Amino acid sequence: MFMLGPLGFLAPWLLLGLVMLPILWLLLRAVPPAPIRRRFPGVALLLGLTDDETQTDRTPWWLLLLRTIAIAAAIIGFAGPILNPKADAGGTGPLLVLVDDTWAAAQDWNQRIDRIETLLVEATQAGRETAVVAVSDLTPDAAIPFRAAQDWSATLPMLEPKPWMPEAEAVTAWAEELSGGFDTFWLSDGVDQPWRSALLDSLQDRGAVSVFEAARPVVALKPAVFEDGAIRLSAIRNRTGSEAEISVAAHGLDPAGIPRQLATVDIAFAAGEAEASALLSLPAELRNRVTRFEISGARSAGAVTLGDDSLRRREIAIVAARDEREGLQLLSQTHYLEQALEPNADLIHGAISDLVLANPDVIVLADVVSLAGAEAEALEEWTRKGGLLVRFAGPRLAASDLGREAEDVLMPVRLRAGGRTVGGAMSWGEPKALRTFSAESPFFGLPIPEDVTVSSQVMAQPDPTLAERTIATLADGTPLVTRKRLDLGQVVLFHVTANAEWSTLPLSGLFVQMLERLAVSTRLAALEPGDLVGTTWTLDQAVTGFGEVVDAGTTPGIAGERLAGEAPGPELPPGLYAGETRRIALNAVAEDMSLAPVVWPGDVTVEGFAVAEELPLKGALLSLALLALMIDVFATLLLSGRLSRQATAAALVVLAMALPAPRAEAQEELDVERLIAATSEVTLAHVVTGDAAVDEAAQAGMQGLSQVLFRRTSIEPGEPVAVNLETDELSVYPFLYWPITEQQPRPSEEAYEKLNLYLRTGGLILFDTRDAGTAGFTNGSPNGRKLQQLALPLDIPPLEPIPADHVLTRTFYLLQDFPGRHISRDVWVEAAPADAQQAEGMPFRNLNDNVTPVVIGGNDWATAWASDENGRPLYPVGRGFAGERQREMAYRFGVNLVMHVLTGNYKSDQVHVPALLDRLGQ
Amino acid sequence: MIETARLSDPDAPARLRRDAETLAGPLPPLLAAAEHLASSVMPGQHGRRRVGQGDEFWQYRPSHAGDEARAIDWRRSARSDDALFVREKEWQAAQSVSLWLDMGRSMDFASTRNLPTKADEARRLSLALCVLLVRGGERVGLTNMGLPPRAGQLQLMRLTDALARGEDEADYAAPDLRGAPSRSRAVFVSDFLGDMEPVTMALAAAADRGIDGVLLQILDPQEEAFPFDGRTIFESVGGTMRHETLKAGDLRDRYLDRLAERKDQLSTLARRTGWQYDLHRTGTPAPGALLWLYTALERAH
Repeated sequence: MFMLGPLGFLAPWLLLGLVMLPILWLLLRAVPPAPIRRRFPGVALLLGLTDDETQTDRTPWWLLLLRTIAIAAAIIGFAGPILNPKADAGGTGPLLVLVDDTWAAAQDWNQRIDRIETLLVEATQAGRETAVVAVSDLTPDAAIPFRAAQDWSATLPMLEPKPWMPEAEAVTAWAEELSGGFDTFWLSDGVDQPWRSALLDSLQDRGAVSVFEAARPVVALKPAVFEDGAIRLSAIRNRTGSEAEISVAAHGLDPAGIPRQLATVDIAFAAGEAEASALLSLPAELRNRVTRFEISGARSAGAVTLGDDSLRRREIAIVAARDEREGLQLLSQTHYLEQALEPNADLIHGAISDLVLANPDVIVLADVVSLAGAEAEALEEWTRKGGLLVRFAGPRLAASDLGREAEDVLMPVRLRAGGRTVGGAMSWGEPKALRTFSAESPFFGLPIPEDVTVSSQVMAQPDPTLAERTIATLADGTPLVTRKRLDLGQVVLFHVTANAEWSTLPLSGLFVQMLERLAVSTRLAALEPGDLVGTTWTLDQAVTGFGEVVDAGTTPGIAGERLAGEAPGPELPPGLYAGETRRIALNAVAEDMSLAPVVWPGDVTVEGFAVAEELPLKGALLSLALLALMIDVFATLLLSGRLSRQATAAALVVLAMALPAPRAEAQEELDVERLIAATSEVTLAHVVTGDAAVDEAAQAGMQGLSQVLFRRTSIEPGEPVAVNLETDELSVYPFLYWPITEQQPRPSEEAYEKLNLYLRTGGLILFDTRDAGTAGFTNGSPNGRKLQQLALPLDIPPLEPIPADHVLTRTFYLLQDFPGRHISRDVWVEAAPADAQQAEGMPFRNLNDNVTPVVIGGNDWATAWASDENGRPLYPVGRGFAGERQREMAYRFGVNLVMHVLTGNYKSDQVHVPALLDRLGQ
Repeated sequence: MIETARLSDPDAPARLRRDAETLAGPLPPLLAAAEHLASSVMPGQHGRRRVGQGDEFWQYRPSHAGDEARAIDWRRSARSDDALFVREKEWQAAQSVSLWLDMGRSMDFASTRNLPTKADEARRLSLALCVLLVRGGERVGLTNMGLPPRAGQLQLMRLTDALARGEDEADYAAPDLRGAPSRSRAVFVSDFLGDMEPVTMALAAAADRGIDGVLLQILDPQEEAFPFDGRTIFESVGGTMRHETLKAGDLRDRYLDRLAERKDQLSTLARRTGWQYDLHRTGTPAPGALLWLYTALERAH
């Protein structure tokens, strides 16, 4: 192929034709345009007038240039120019396509797959055996599965990025086992890995290696950390080139339970910096709702970091008994608690009744005995709804009768009078140490420091339930911590004080860990394997390689220490892990991870996505030639006076019309006009089905119903409108009539979104299968099946046939039948709630408090309503007087329906009439 | 060619008559100003200020012997004591109007399909005028075809026929006043684009014979706009005259100057000989031109 810079020519000899251009120039220049003959009576006045200049007997230069360009474009076009022609990749023998299927490659995964497809096509053409191997699948002893290239095309869709990085040992082991000769095409994700150079060396031993790498930097988000009252978000990138800014969005559920973007923060990378961070300060309420952070626009597991309990600030209410002693801080009942909890929880103080109203996560009662009846009730109710009540013993508890005779609701166990003291001045024995936690205990696995001793405690009464309620014991088996479940909540009793008076427990790290395990507090620092020893966690929500958070399904449990210590891998996929009371996030990007760009040795060819596509220019050049010739036609006509000014103007207008922009504007203007018209009056609308006859009937039906409404009621509708679900705004129409035809196209996803929004926000759609309800909406008629198909993605509540007391039966007329052209009673509306009660003194129930979003029937109402502009019916209904009666009933149904749409369940409020009258009477 | 084809159509006279009647319909009958023949200088508008045949009341006079009994105005007589009165009318005499219509080939031109040819427009206007005049009891003649001025519906038929069939082979026709009685009125309808010499001569002769009248110039919009560009050969409609130019656009200004000069020449000539001049463009509403003709002929002298 003949190359000229980036241009290649298929038929370069044709370019010699360009030599002809100067000759053509001279020829064209010499020939003036031919004259026109015109009949003109005024010629008598022209006689004797001479031309001023004689220039125009030559073609003007710009016309010559235009023609020359046209010819040149044609010559070059036929020479078959191609921009960036692809040289053949060359090479024979087997080809290994090695894919980095890590999350770092997810960002441009489709381009990668496209590139592999191109490769496979080329390999197929060249007859090369090929293997497509993903890095994460490498196992040391697996041979490379070389097969015919086209076989691999089918497996490409199964190739997906994994949310973890492959393990170095597996890859290097595989690299060492390689044998045979082959070329390699490596689709690198652009992040340096410890195993990369070893693998590259090994591959280069086998044959040529070329690498494909995106120029776009890989950006990842580190786990969010709580810091000084704000959330610190750090992002890393592999290329530290120029400045860049990314936007990180916090996602979570809003108070209505709908997933939303709660906040965004911008992180700016300075030039040359690989890491950058930003602080996101959120109100506690909002912060506790955040479930994950995501780099906007990025699409990989690395760009998502899940928030877990560590981001949550628990609200903990601490209530201590009134202190009678002088304020010695270290002796205060709550001092150690506050020290332990303050860094990562919001502490609140106050009266119990106020605290319960604040609905904290945990209430701690430190040696509090006397609870007023109302306080105890409120506390019990709060606990039963899921609160965690933590109580500490103390002198008062020991001295009180609380839980002495019978078990108190707010105590996990009964207590023996007095408690005991060991190892004190007045007692025998040594202070007791703690016994190792049993497997059932939530503290299982926590190491017990030797210096934790207990010198005083309150004693639990032996009870049948005592063993199961004990979660920590002393070395001699006496319960130290007991717990009782109370519906959704629990009551935990530490049998020692919260200060260091009775034991050294509050002084130890174990105390903090125990509080953590009880979900009283949440961890602040990174997890240590030791923190989670003995716990089992299950994957609740998994993160895919593309960064989507999906439900994990059922997966085997993971030991806590693995969760804390290991990097994510195939057996430990990143995601949100749920334990007994806590949730821990394992993110694809660890706290200490950094991304570095891969440095490829010089003998490896690196190709990027920026590789220019092969672009044949023949069509474009020939079009240019044609366009130039067309302009030439006009210019010549204009020059010789054959083209009148009006014709030029007309041509320009036609050209302008051909341009799309003004038309779109006009369309928009039209839409706006339509919307204004629709909103200034109540406007009935019907859905365009594409069947001309049905649409016409629907339009006439809406027309007829509008007329009837106008005459009989205070609703004065405007001209009815045909609505195209794809393009038109629905929200301005309170009522949509949707006749079902079998050939109707299924609306697009966007249209369904619009429809669902329409239904949720109070719109009503009347579906009409027009088949007299023979379908029964379960099987049967084609229209019924079509309706099922169409309505499947719609957000339709449970339905029931119109009950006799439905508000539709009395919004304007009292009706029991809803005929159209057919008389079928099978008309369905939103089902009433199951617990609807018969209203007192009224023949109907207290029904649901909104407009039914759909009415479904098959009575072909539109044709019954249809009338021309003079109000004459267009279609026959029934026969004779009975038929007219039926039409009247159809109209009445229509009136009731539109009234229902516009007034809602106003008529249902009649149930309140007796009460209102009663009140008026007083 | 289209026009000649239309004229050779047997229905053409009938259609032309119908069109003209439609156009003349809305106007009241024209009472042409009666001009004194001998005692010329008489002020006033209508009639001859003396008793005679007519429609307008002139005076009551006492009856004398010889008056017919039916001539007596009984209402007036009853109001007097004894005398009988006769009602006399003002004498109204019919006026002669001679039309000359340019039937040269140059008139057979319309710049676009939507416009009538100048000849068509001229015929329609002229015949409408004839209808009005005949209705008003005037005598109308057509000098081209040698039709002397006569009154009555039959004359109207003849006029119609003559107008529909008349055609001249020359590119530009010369005005003609043969058969026009002295001291009558004349109407010249033409585009006046040809040689001005015959027109000047004809007007001088008319002035000599005491004939005054109206010049109506009919032009096509294209002739006033000259919207041409590029290399062009202009030919007269008959093909006898041609002019070639390389850049028609450059000629526009000079052509328009010449046309303005021609119009000016016409109006000066008319003013000098006591005639009146107006321009009518094809495509503009014809009733306007007709109204002008009507008032111009009715105007007092």
